[in-house]
Amino acid sequence: MKEILSDLDAWRAEGRQVALARVVNVEGSGPRDPGAAMAVSDNGDVIGSVSGGCVEGAVVVEALDILETGERRMVSFGYSDDEAFAVGLTCGGTIHLFIEPLDW
Amino acid sequence: MVSELYERLREAIVDERPVALATVIEGHNAGTKLVVEPDGDIIGTLGHPELDRIVSRDAVGELAAGRTGVRHYGAEGQARETDVSVFIESFSPPPIMLVFGAVDFTAALARSGKLLGFNVIVADARSVFATVKRFPMADRVMVAWPDEVFDTYGDRLGPHDAVCILTHDPKFDVPAVQRAVATDVGYIGVMGSRRTHATRLERLHEVGVDQKGIDRLMAPIGLDIGSRTPEETAISVCAEIIANRTGHSAPSLRDSEGPIHRPTADE
Repeated sequence: MKEILSDLDAWRAEGRQVALARVVNVEGSGPRDPGAAMAVSDNGDVIGSVSGGCVEGAVVVEALDILETGERRMVSFGYSDDEAFAVGLTCGGTIHLFIEPLDW
Repeated sequence: MVSELYERLREAIVDERPVALATVIEGHNAGTKLVVEPDGDIIGTLGHPELDRIVSRDAVGELAAGRTGVRHYGAEGQARETDVSVFIESFSPPPIMLVFGAVDFTAALARSGKLLGFNVIVADARSVFATVKRFPMADRVMVAWPDEVFDTYGDRLGPHDAVCILTHDPKFDVPAVQRAVATDVGYIGVMGSRRTHATRLERLHEVGVDQKGIDRLMAPIGLDIGSRTPEETAISVCAEIIANRTGHSAPSLRDSEGPIHRPTADE
């Protein structure tokens, strides 16, 4: 979150709605460690990253949905999961993200 | 609306003070947060005072160890229960890289140190060379002897920090090594040819640096990647700092096996 802090400040100062996604757990091989963060604004702008680019697109979709509903939740992406997960990590691991509106 | 909790977290991170953020990610009250400072002071609540007490105690420990991860508790903070999952995120100040010697390799090393997120301090006793103009990328340029630099930073050095001694002049590097091995710093690299280092070892023995201290020295400094220029050498030093911290030897990925992102010794 450290890396995106000044961008978050700018967004909040502009009064934008922001969703924050943080990696909380990684199983197996994953490109970014717990604490890696990205944020999505209500107009779809993105800062930061939570993987090597594998799942960011899907995180944006989830984040925009969470901004709409206001419901924070855990979201997981993994190669070995059900086919329900259309996107995964090419390196074979599973990452668990906590995505929430930055309403705090 | 920006909360007081966010403000306090933000201020600590910007001021480079250690701080932890605990967030309930599963279970009752998901999304509630605690900001925890190293002395155990808290802002916010996870919904139950006993849970706050236990989580803040754990967060202080995680923060001291520089760890970030998920822990499980009962709704009132009970151990060995899993009603509530809490993500504890540690924000530590950036690691320190002390570079001794304002030589031609220093600027490149300071630049790559910044790339790795180090707080880079360049020190040299010669005021003509140790100037901000020559090292604008450094966070601080000190005109100082090694003793003064270690008096300022020695106590703060730990496993994630690095000392790089590039002076290859016994007048500077013997006292710098002496003080460096007396700290808990994770990496000590010393520049110079094998012959220079052999002479240096004699002097270090003379001033009483023991074998345990000598064994900590990465000298000649850097990985054997055939670097020639200051920039290439800086990459070889930085790569050695990473390998040293993670406890990996440094072969090419092609010649090793297993997942690329395998767990490292510092996790």
